[in-house]
Amino acid sequence: MNCMDSKQPETGLLGPESDSQRTLYPYVTGTSVVALKYKDGILMAADMGGSYGSTLRYKSVERMKPIGKHSLLGASGEISDFQEILRYLDELILYDNMWDDGNSLGPKEVHNYLTRVMYNRRNKFNPLWNSLVLGGVKNGQTYLGMVSMIGVNFEDNHVATGFGNHLARPILRQEWHENLSFEEGVKLLEKCMRVLLYRDRSAVNKLQIAKITEEGVTISQPYSLKTHWEFSAFQNPTQGAVGSW
Amino acid sequence: MTKQQANWSPYDNNGGSCVAIAGADYCVVAADTRMSTGYNILTRDYSKLCKLADKCVMASSGFQADVKALQKHLAARHLIYQHQHNKQMSCPAMAQLLSNTLYYKRFFPYYSFNVLGGLDNEGKGCVFTYDAVGSYEKVGYSSQGSGSTLIMPFLDNQLKSPSPLLLPAQDAVTPLVEAEAVDLVKTVFASASERDIYTGDKLEIVVINADGIHREYMDLRKD
Repeated sequence: MNCMDSKQPETGLLGPESDSQRTLYPYVTGTSVVALKYKDGILMAADMGGSYGSTLRYKSVERMKPIGKHSLLGASGEISDFQEILRYLDELILYDNMWDDGNSLGPKEVHNYLTRVMYNRRNKFNPLWNSLVLGGVKNGQTYLGMVSMIGVNFEDNHVATGFGNHLARPILRQEWHENLSFEEGVKLLEKCMRVLLYRDRSAVNKLQIAKITEEGVTISQPYSLKTHWEFSAFQNPTQGAVGSW
Repeated sequence: MTKQQANWSPYDNNGGSCVAIAGADYCVVAADTRMSTGYNILTRDYSKLCKLADKCVMASSGFQADVKALQKHLAARHLIYQHQHNKQMSCPAMAQLLSNTLYYKRFFPYYSFNVLGGLDNEGKGCVFTYDAVGSYEKVGYSSQGSGSTLIMPFLDNQLKSPSPLLLPAQDAVTPLVEAEAVDLVKTVFASASERDIYTGDKLEIVVINADGIHREYMDLRKD
């Protein structure tokens, strides 16, 4: 006769969690995206892992996609929500194209659209569980911006989502400059991705680097970074840490 | 699979401090340009100031997405006002509109902390200070945001505004001249950025006077 035992339905502000149709937490997630402006446009890097909780469930998830003629979108967070966003954007670009007036949506417009979509969904307490990075070039103007799950948005010369904000941005702040060549930009991104690979447990050693310039988008074939695990700190991590087990 | 994330929240605090000081014939509005989340800095160059009308500037800190929505809403309302009345909205009118706009969302508030500065119809400086749900007050100077607990007592000490309880009502504008007010703003931000981790990077100052709007910047601590 313990009334504490009877299972009360969890009724919070948003109703019972079991029959909720909202994303209350993500299922399959992608980790960091890192992007920077360089001499001719934008470079963006993301690995191809799709984590199911802490299980590395998928290993060939493309997390960067071209949007229209002038933009490139990268996403971390819930993969299915990202794919839904891609469907929204496909429709947006298609309907814009049907005007046939020679105009096309640039990165600024796409970024603003994403901002409204993300903020609108958070207002409905039904967020799209992503951090989005949008880069692009139009009329000689390079553009790089970010949008979070709840609609926080900004532009910067270099951006990174999730763990990238902790590990990659300090490197970018130290080494980034306006006149990075393509080779220097790729080298810098690889440096960031290597640090993330070593320290972010959900990162995998299979990544793509995407480039967008006035000429359009190119996304590289998946490839791996050279790693070196023989550092003594990796072999015997507690050596020298007196008093630690 | 067990849930790993903390419960989702529709709000975030992106930090930042705002200050406004009114004088006899000018108004200074200022805010830092840092945008943070938790212990992260998202960007070091994000403007928190928004020109709402010719003689009216709003500085806002809090949740950036709500602030942006609020700014867009006010811009749209001001455009309608211009079409209907063929003039710019006055600063006191904008102050009332801002209050009503905030209160309209009383039960799902805009998480934004605003100060509104500008010139009234006589060309005198005026400052309005708000809470997130629209309570507002006309004052001579004010501070809002993450560094307000450090800045406000310093301004009180330096400016000593007359009590709002005095009868007849005393004028709230500060006795400073424009250059002194700008210097004071620079000092309070330099001080706040020593102790408040959400204030720093750069200070953006807007001065509104009879000549129009003038903008200047000063570097702050970047750590």
